[in-house]
Amino acid sequence: MDVIPKWADAILIPLISILLAFIISALVILAIGEDPVRALQLMVQGTFGNSAGIGFMLFYATNFIFTGLAVAIAFHARLFNIGGEGQATLGGLGVALVCLSLPWPHWTLALPAALIGGALFGAFWALIPAYLQAKRGSHIVITTIMFNFIASAVMVYLLVEVLKPAGSMDPASPRFPEGAHLPRMSDILGAVGIPFSDAAPVNVSFFVALLACYLFWLLVWRTRLGYEIRAYGQSESAARYAGISPTRIILITMLISGALAGAMAINNVMAAERLVLNSVEGAGFIGIAVALMGRSHPFGVLLASLLFGFLVQGGAEIDFWTNIPRELIVVIQALVILFTGALDNMVRMPLAKVFLMLRKREG
Amino acid sequence: MPEAKTTGGAASAAPAIELRGISKAFGPVQANKDISIRVMPGTIHGIIGENGAGKSTLMSILYGFYKADAGEIFIQGNRTEIPDSQAAIAAGIGMVFQHFKLVENFTVLENVVLGAEEGARLTPSLAKARQLLTELAKEYELNVDPDATIDELSVGHQQRVEILKALYRKADILILDEPTGVLTPSEADHLFRILKGLRDEGKTIILITHKLREIMEVTDTVSVMRRGEMTATVKTADTSPAELAELMVGRKVLLRVDKVPATPGEKVLDITDLGVIDEDGVERLKKISLNVRAGEILGIAGVAGNGQSELLEVLGGYRHATGSIRLNGEEIDLTGRASDGQTRRAKGISHVPEDRHKEGLILDFFAWENMIFGYHHAPEYQKNARFMDNDAIRAETEAKMARFDVRPPLPGLAAKSFSGGNQQKIVLAREIERDPDLLLVGQPTRGVDIGAIEFIHQQIVALRDKGKAILLVSVELDEILSLADRIAVMFDGRIMGERLPAETNEAELGLLMAGVTETASAA
Repeated sequence: MDVIPKWADAILIPLISILLAFIISALVILAIGEDPVRALQLMVQGTFGNSAGIGFMLFYATNFIFTGLAVAIAFHARLFNIGGEGQATLGGLGVALVCLSLPWPHWTLALPAALIGGALFGAFWALIPAYLQAKRGSHIVITTIMFNFIASAVMVYLLVEVLKPAGSMDPASPRFPEGAHLPRMSDILGAVGIPFSDAAPVNVSFFVALLACYLFWLLVWRTRLGYEIRAYGQSESAARYAGISPTRIILITMLISGALAGAMAINNVMAAERLVLNSVEGAGFIGIAVALMGRSHPFGVLLASLLFGFLVQGGAEIDFWTNIPRELIVVIQALVILFTGALDNMVRMPLAKVFLMLRKREG
Repeated sequence: MPEAKTTGGAASAAPAIELRGISKAFGPVQANKDISIRVMPGTIHGIIGENGAGKSTLMSILYGFYKADAGEIFIQGNRTEIPDSQAAIAAGIGMVFQHFKLVENFTVLENVVLGAEEGARLTPSLAKARQLLTELAKEYELNVDPDATIDELSVGHQQRVEILKALYRKADILILDEPTGVLTPSEADHLFRILKGLRDEGKTIILITHKLREIMEVTDTVSVMRRGEMTATVKTADTSPAELAELMVGRKVLLRVDKVPATPGEKVLDITDLGVIDEDGVERLKKISLNVRAGEILGIAGVAGNGQSELLEVLGGYRHATGSIRLNGEEIDLTGRASDGQTRRAKGISHVPEDRHKEGLILDFFAWENMIFGYHHAPEYQKNARFMDNDAIRAETEAKMARFDVRPPLPGLAAKSFSGGNQQKIVLAREIERDPDLLLVGQPTRGVDIGAIEFIHQQIVALRDKGKAILLVSVELDEILSLADRIAVMFDGRIMGERLPAETNEAELGLLMAGVTETASAA
């Protein structure tokens, strides 16, 4: 019998972990002689105080939803895809090539095409490590990490040598055509009369991300493929007994994973309206934390993405208004990752004891 | 509550262990209810009961893993608190678990001293342990190579290391939890000799098991548990297997399988010159030829690891092989694209695998998800081209659980939450209800309680009586003898011979299982 009830596993443990991370962060801020309460106020006000703050949070969250889902689907097959960063980078290339290839008449045509382009490129980047894992037994953690570096180097080469417009000093692609510009949240909400700041880059991709969450849930818990992926992830020997091919599951799962990571580029690259260096900005790695914290469930991934969106946006506010160095924001984020991901058992074990005691008292 | 009776041994001495009124509840489940028991020193005391009767909980309380809600523990007459396993060891209690707790890549010596080293330098402890091991080996046939690493040892030897660990820690009371579950008959016999030797030296042994034969063979006294209660404690000499079985289950139990003679029909399965070479280049099956006819149970007897698992894997479609297999006269692909589990199932081969935890079930999946495992592509489980029909699967699972008496009958419960017998019933329900032409069954009653064994045997015989072919692999000779219509004995990847149950006996089969043949080996 499980000691910890489901609701506590899904909600209480992450909440306690976050709380612990914030407490330690507060201690660190105190130690460098700043005021943690003011820092928290700034983070909250800077994010929720105006619609621009919310817009930025949602923009970051959109990235994290895609990469979080990418890591989560791989987790279901017990594969650890650390290559979200590289797959999203390649996805950016796919999106940029699609956007630059045609004089798109309208975003409704450009978006699906770019989505396919990004997903294909991301999937391709995941395919090689997946093949090596399935056929050669090369560990997917190692190969996907290496492919992150390769992706980054490929991007530098392409932007500097190939995609950069002649005469430009900036390692970036040309601007995308007008028809490939996505409507922003301010345009969408403005159409129904809700005012929303047009400073924030959050755009229609956010809704695509929500749709992806729903499709993810359908795939994993309602289809044969999802059933096979979960079965393989739980027990490879049982999967073999049932006639589920490990090779096939590894390849398909990693293709989906890479496609999800690559699809992220419709948000960051299309919102920037051109492809720049390091456009992913670590979202691929944050996706790992998001998937861990979200327990590989799309709803959990959504909530965790919003939290990390808040951390990034709130961090930018602290950086802007206080003497707390920008690096400290990274420390806070790292602490959240540490507590929610790596130190999960540290919270779980004492909590299990508490529940056991409560149960005894009842009985 | 019946009063705990004195359990043999010298009447004057204090009991080695006395439990008074032990109770333990997990939430609403009362695992142990007011249990009192006295075990006299220098005896082997059996505790028998079905899975989930509370045997393991009781022993976990004695070993300090759980704290009892009520009750007292007396060791050698002294009231003792056992808050953790350290305290249990200090009180002279040693435990040999069902699943060994050994470091695989350490040597026997290193495992024995692990956690009981004297000081930072290992050498003196190791030397001491080596000397002790030599003495014990002489005294009790506890021979193990002290310098072998654990992964080089057979399961039986690994178990001896666990016993040695307990003795090194000066245990006077030895608790063994289902010790023979993983042993071959001869290894089990050897273990019993060791246990008897230890008893004669004055050690007290508690043997937890659900096998009646072992209780009768080796114990002095036996306590029966049922649903958390101690229903009886008797001298083994004064009881019988039938009486114990009734005490365990709470009703009369058939210990023999009730079946009419088989009426075999056409050959369903025809195996010719089947060979398997495994990943390490070892020849696991050496040109085996066998056949199973409709309406017949072919039992494959043999000590575990002589090729039976590989045979099942080849037939189940997840191991490549050479030679030929015909099903209903039709050649089966043994190496190509069609040599997978899905194709085999489609052809009418169902498979109850030997290890339900590793293969037959996904323990974290719900019962209803497990009820379609392997058949999840079947059209009746699909709502449309894209989605599975989970509601229909749940409903069907509920019906199958009712027919196979799976308890509790809840499709939404994870497989790991069921007892061993009920897990096996889930697998059996899934495979038998497909109405296969050929049913492969491996160790159908391993780790399954008596009540469920009876039921499982009846289901297998019922499928035979419907005219289906059944290939039964079991390391339990009793099971083979009572279920099979024809017996083939495997040894070292070969078929040593075929016998009819009525014309053979355990002794002859035992010799064949050990690779000894008077006549030349058959087919």
